[in-house]
Amino acid sequence: MATLAQQIVNGLVLGALIGLIALGYTMVYGIIKLINFAHGEVFMVGAFGAHFTSAYLLPDAMPWYAALPVLCVAAVAVSVTVAVLMERLAYRPLRDAHSLAPLITALGVSILLQEVVRVFYPGATAPLPFPRVFVDSQLTAGSLIVQWTGVLAVAVSPLLAAALHWYVERSRLGRAMRAVAEDPDTARLMGIDLNRVILATFVLGAVLAGLGAVLYGIHYGQIDTTMGFQNGIFAFTAAVLGGIGSIRGAMLGAFCIGMVKSLAGQYAWGGAQYDYVWVFVLLILVLMFRPQGFLGRLERVRA
Amino acid sequence: MTLIAENVSMAFGGLVALDDVTLTVPDRAIIGLIGPNGAGKTTLFNCLTGLYAPTSGRVLLDGRPLEADPAEAARHGVARTFQNIRLFSGMSALENVLVGRHTRIKQGLMSALFHGPAFRRSEAEAVERARAELAFVGLDPAGDTPARSLSYGDQRRLEIARALAGDPAVLMLDEPTAGMNGSETTAIRTLIGAIRDRGITVVVIEHDTKFIFSLCDHVHVLVRGRMLVSGPPEAVRTDPRVIEAYLGTTECSK
Repeated sequence: MATLAQQIVNGLVLGALIGLIALGYTMVYGIIKLINFAHGEVFMVGAFGAHFTSAYLLPDAMPWYAALPVLCVAAVAVSVTVAVLMERLAYRPLRDAHSLAPLITALGVSILLQEVVRVFYPGATAPLPFPRVFVDSQLTAGSLIVQWTGVLAVAVSPLLAAALHWYVERSRLGRAMRAVAEDPDTARLMGIDLNRVILATFVLGAVLAGLGAVLYGIHYGQIDTTMGFQNGIFAFTAAVLGGIGSIRGAMLGAFCIGMVKSLAGQYAWGGAQYDYVWVFVLLILVLMFRPQGFLGRLERVRA
Repeated sequence: MTLIAENVSMAFGGLVALDDVTLTVPDRAIIGLIGPNGAGKTTLFNCLTGLYAPTSGRVLLDGRPLEADPAEAARHGVARTFQNIRLFSGMSALENVLVGRHTRIKQGLMSALFHGPAFRRSEAEAVERARAELAFVGLDPAGDTPARSLSYGDQRRLEIARALAGDPAVLMLDEPTAGMNGSETTAIRTLIGAIRDRGITVVVIEHDTKFIFSLCDHVHVLVRGRMLVSGPPEAVRTDPRVIEAYLGTTECSK
């Protein structure tokens, strides 16, 4: 019973963190129908940006309430910079190309970023300890242990998703984003600057990925160059599961995946070594019976 | 504000859709563009609104060449509707018109991000204007209805309201009465007159020649990508080349 409760908590935390990455996948797909496989690396470089700030720029002894905001700003700054460069240099020149070209490019950008960080970041050939701000205190209830970092992640992530949803539904930029998502040509005829809207979408996704990276780092206590790839795959799966293009769907999918991975790792055949398998079994099952995902809309082919 | 297509040709691979077409859209007039199916009418619209870059020739807006950039055309006052309605179907009617207003809204990034007082004021103005355009075309000014649940005729009206919200100098209507019954068609004719009375030039593509000849100040006839005849309605209607293009010739009539 205690184990079950503990695994549910672990699943919720993982889901909350994956959700923040999944939002970036789902938004970019919604706007330009591109699975940006390098989005996991936007998350990863954010974590390294925060690590760099903490290891080389901040004084050693800083209280968590001072350090945490600085780490968030650093991570977001690095994530946004990388996402903007990625969009400008890799994807924008391919805007009118066949959709396979940007997809392959995204895979290339993903590998490039992983390798650049691995080769040039000091010590990144092995996992690096993340600054232990905020990490030692925990909440205990009987034998159940909940780290405060986990509570923070589970509280903040849905709030950020709700804020994003509100922004897309209510703001002027959000209106432009929805217009571009529905019909880019008509949106341009209304005077909407396509490049600006697309760039803004990448920026929003990167902000969430950067914040997610800090939450991930302080919770799990270490980061490495493959964290973006691994969690990116989960996040992409979450976005598809929830219905790609849907903000609420991405969050829902992420919590499902966190839960399945956590519970299957404990109880299912094969244990933790096979927890990946069950995530993708879930994906396959859902796509068989509901190809558009939980909250997705079926694509209608325009004549 | 004058819009000119100057010796515009447009080829898609081997298919020549427009062949050396010249068209001047004067100020404050209703211009009709007719021609059989496949004559290149919509292609000409696409060139004039910056969706296509002509293979040769150019489009001039107030004497300046228009880039193949629809957003640029919109900023300079060219708006349009589509033959197959292209609304943002997931949005409400009001939101559709607000998107149409986009080009006239100054976008301060900080103000837009944090929704300051300047933003709220300009947003309120945009909403007010959007409601006025909904009322102008005869739709419910509340505009809460999702665009996809409006009736076909109302969707056509909504497309016109969306185009008007961008303060166009030229409004291009691609078959605005397609699929409409007699009374709906009459209402659209009245609406087009009211648009002209606002000082907006209207360019209309139509198959209904009766509609065109009774409404337009000038009529252009496009046949197989070439401008066959241009002139006032009476002259075009009785032109033997037009009659031939529409009815064909027989041995008897020769």
